[in-house]
Amino acid sequence: MFARTAWLIFRKDLTVEVRSRETIATTLFFAVSAVLVFAFALVKEGRVVADAAAGILWIAIAFSGTLALGRTFERERYTDTLRALMLAPSDRPAIYAGKLAAVLAMILAAEVVLVPLVAFLFDAAFLKRPAMLAGLLVLGTLGFASVGTLFAAMLVRARSRDMLLPVLLYPIVVPVIIAGVQGTAALLQPAFDPAVVRFWLLLLVTFDVVFVVLALWTFEAVMSD
Amino acid sequence: MLRSMSKCLTFVRCALVVAAALLVLTGGPAVAAQDQPPQPQDEFVPVGNSPAPEQIPAAPLLIGAYIVVLGGLFFYVLSLSRRLGAVQQDVQRLEGELKRRGRA
Amino acid sequence: MPKWFSPTAILCGLMFVVSPVLIARSPDESAMGMVYKIYYYHMPSAWMFLLAPLVCGVSSALFLARGRAEDDRRAWAAAELTVLFGALTLITGPLWARRAWGTWWVWDARLTSSLVGWMIGWAYLILRRYGGPGSDKLAAGVALFGAVNVPFIFISVNYWRTIHPPTTVVPKLPVSMGVPLWFCVTAFLLLFILLMTMRLRLEVARTRLDALYVALDE
Repeated sequence: MFARTAWLIFRKDLTVEVRSRETIATTLFFAVSAVLVFAFALVKEGRVVADAAAGILWIAIAFSGTLALGRTFERERYTDTLRALMLAPSDRPAIYAGKLAAVLAMILAAEVVLVPLVAFLFDAAFLKRPAMLAGLLVLGTLGFASVGTLFAAMLVRARSRDMLLPVLLYPIVVPVIIAGVQGTAALLQPAFDPAVVRFWLLLLVTFDVVFVVLALWTFEAVMSD
Repeated sequence: MLRSMSKCLTFVRCALVVAAALLVLTGGPAVAAQDQPPQPQDEFVPVGNSPAPEQIPAAPLLIGAYIVVLGGLFFYVLSLSRRLGAVQQDVQRLEGELKRRGRA
Repeated sequence: MPKWFSPTAILCGLMFVVSPVLIARSPDESAMGMVYKIYYYHMPSAWMFLLAPLVCGVSSALFLARGRAEDDRRAWAAAELTVLFGALTLITGPLWARRAWGTWWVWDARLTSSLVGWMIGWAYLILRRYGGPGSDKLAAGVALFGAVNVPFIFISVNYWRTIHPPTTVVPKLPVSMGVPLWFCVTAFLLLFILLMTMRLRLEVARTRLDALYVALDE
C-alpha cells in the first residue's frame, strides 16, 4: 500500500513534468547561470582556481535544487492538490516518499547535463571515476532533497514561503553539501585515495538515513492538520 | 497515527544502528588517511609563572571575551524583562477594559 | 515567578561576580599562557549551546506528538537560548583562537557544525516571527533537525583530526583548573534555568494577552 501510493504520486509528478518540462528547464538554466557566475568569480589568469570545480558543482546543485523544490510545491499549492492528497485515505509517509522520489528524479536529471558541463568548463577529471561520482551525486542529492521536500511541503501554506525555504533548508543541508564537495574534490586529487571517497560516501549514507527517517516521521506529524 | 509512529521509531532505531555500524567499520581507515593538521593539545598543563607575552597580547583578548559574555548576558536579561514588562502592562490594560465592559 | 526564582537568581549573580576572582587565581597554562582563561567562560557557554537545541528538539518532538502548547513554548524559549549561547561561544572561541592558533577561524568539523547549529537556531526564530499561522508546527520540524546536529558537533572533534582541543581535555584537568571550570559551569547552568523560566513566563503572558484580545473582540 505504501509502495503503491508512493509510486502513483511519483508517476503523477513525473508525467506532469515530462509534459510541461517547466521545472527541469528552469532548473537547468539556473544551474548553468550559477556555474558561470562562480566561474567568473574564481578565475585567475584565465584559469579557474584549482579544486574549485567540486565546490561550484555542488553550489549549483544546491541553488537549482531549491528552485526545483519551490516550483514543484508552488504547482501543488496553485492547484490545491496537496490538500486533496492529505484528505485521501493514504499513508502520509507514502505521500512524502512519492514527492521525494519525484524531486530527486528532477534534480538528478539536471545533474546529468550539469556534471559533464562543469567537467568540460573547468577541466575537472571527476568523470574518470563515474561509479564513485554517481554515488556521491545520488546520495548527496538524496540528502538535500529529503530535507527540502519536507520543508517545501511544510511551507506550502505558510507566509513568506519563498524567503523561508532557503533560510530553513541551507543550514541543515550544509553537512551534506560539505560531504559532497569533499568527496568530489577527493576524486580530483592527483594522488587519488579511494578510502577517502569511501569515507565521505559513508558519511552521506549516515546523513541520508537520519534525514529520511526523521523527515518521514515529521511529515506525518506536521501535515496532519 | 500512534501505530505508524511506533513503527517508524522501530525503523529509526534499526536504521541508525545499521548506519552507525557501517560508518564505524569502514570509516576508520578513511579517517586515518586524512591530512594531518597540527596536533591539538590533549590536556591543559598548568605552569607556575606566566610566560612573557609574545606576538599578540593576550590581555585585550581575555578581557574582551569576558566583557562580551557578561555584556551579552546582561543585555539579554534586559531585553527579556523589557518584553515581559510591556506584555504585562498590556495584559493589565486589557483586563481592566474587560472588567469595565463586563460591568457596562 | 516561582518561589525559588529570586534566591536562585541572587546565588547565580553572586557566582558570576565571584567567578573572575577564581579565574584570576587559577594558574596559567604552559603552552597558551594566560589567554586560555577565556575557556572558563567559553566552555560553559558551549555546553549550554549544546544543551539548548537538545531541549528545543525534545520539546518540539513532544509538541508534534502531543500538541500541548507548553511544549511549544519551551521549544521557542530554548531556541532563543541556542542563539544567545551560540553567539557567546562563537565570539569567545575566535578571541581565544587568535592567540592560541594564530587565526580567528578554521573550517574544521566542530566550528563548521557549531556555526550551522547556530544558524538553525536563527532559522527557527525567523520562522516563528515571519511564518504566519501554523509556524509553530513547522518550527518544531526544523528544531528536530537542529537537535540531530548536536551529537555531530560534540563527537566531531574526537573523530576528525582538527586543531580544536578534544573532549579528553576536561577529565584530565588538574584541580587548580577544574575548580574554577565547574564553578563556572554551575553558574551557567543556573543561569540557563533562570533564563528559560523568564522566557517561558513571557510566552505564557503573551498567550494570555492573545486570549484577552480575542475576548475583547467578542
